Amino acid sequence: MKLNTNSNAYIIIYSTILVLIVAFLLAFVSQTLKPMQDANVALDTEKQILNSLNLRGLSDDEAHATYEKVVKFDEAQGVYVCTLENGDVKYVLPLKGQGMWGGISCFLAIDSDKNTVYGAYFNHESETAGLGAEIKDNADWQAKFQGKKIFADETKEALALSVEKAVNNETTVDAVTGATVTSTAVSKMLQDQLTKYMDFLKK
Amino acid sequence: MALFSKQNKEAFTNPLNLDHPILVQVLGICSALAVTSQLKPAIVMGLAVTVITAFANVIISILRNTIPNRIRIVVQLVVVAALVTIVSQILKAFVYDVSVQLSVYVGLIITNCILMGRLEAFAMQNKPWPSFLDGVGNGIGYAMILIIVGAVREFFGRGSLLGFQIIDCKDFNNGMMTMPAMALILVGIVIWVHRAYFYKEK
Repeated sequence: MKLNTNSNAYIIIYSTILVLIVAFLLAFVSQTLKPMQDANVALDTEKQILNSLNLRGLSDDEAHATYEKVVKFDEAQGVYVCTLENGDVKYVLPLKGQGMWGGISCFLAIDSDKNTVYGAYFNHESETAGLGAEIKDNADWQAKFQGKKIFADETKEALALSVEKAVNNETTVDAVTGATVTSTAVSKMLQDQLTKYMDFLKK
Repeated sequence: MALFSKQNKEAFTNPLNLDHPILVQVLGICSALAVTSQLKPAIVMGLAVTVITAFANVIISILRNTIPNRIRIVVQLVVVAALVTIVSQILKAFVYDVSVQLSVYVGLIITNCILMGRLEAFAMQNKPWPSFLDGVGNGIGYAMILIIVGAVREFFGRGSLLGFQIIDCKDFNNGMMTMPAMALILVGIVIWVHRAYFYKEK
């Protein structure tokens, strides 16, 4: 007897079995690979923090070893406290914002005066390659943040660190060419998120 | 039928030249434009598509006589989606930085017209082995274009290949090349060359 592959009963049973098999298969793959993926994500975050401290281009093992030595997470403040090899203490602030197409994030390293920027690393989920994505890919652009001041003056009342087109002074970094929306988003992220650390920064 | 009979060879070589998925059928353009700003993601993307097309073709070809005609597109989609998810998970576990670079485009392989096109046009009518060859052929044909475009864009856009700096000169960097528009023009040029030299009008 030849099966009628067009009967309703056959279609329902066929699709049920197919979906069940696929579901089990995917669950199995996901469970097996999860630990490795989590390790990758954790290592990537460690590397990003090291990048913000201008410790770039380390291999996986070096990065992990350096991270263990240098960085400590202060849960109460939500700040990474880093002791560099020469004894200098830097703070790394994790910042998050909304870019043009998806989320953007930043690790901003500051000196112990809590005003001068020591280094910065930006990441994004889906900014345009070659334009908005430059905030992550262009290390030269990130280096422009070094030495900038977070506050307008010593009283630490007004936040001033920002990104603006064709402006380059003590507190402002020139925008990425062709990525106006992303640059504005970075500026907004800095303003919004640094406000949350006001208590910490003023101390 | 022998493993490498004339038909089987044609199933493999046709998509590389006369029936090329990008150059002749102009399918799968979206991802070809998006992931080719550098060579490395282009290679990984080409590989991922080759593997997925080949195995989806085999699976559908094995199931082809049992698949109810009315839901065949759904079944094809389920198979492709499952394979894509697995590949994406594997990339995340073993080459994390590449998976970050490819971001959404691995997921979008599901909607790549080359896959659905080959499943509908070839795997539904042919045995597993020719279907496998057809899938590999189409995947390599696709990867070929990605690699050509990716190499040209990375070299002229950043002066590097596979991340290694070849020409270290700031003025050599060309933002135009890294933009998707340039990929479209490059694919157009490749199609033009192909038409001029290899493609015979019927």
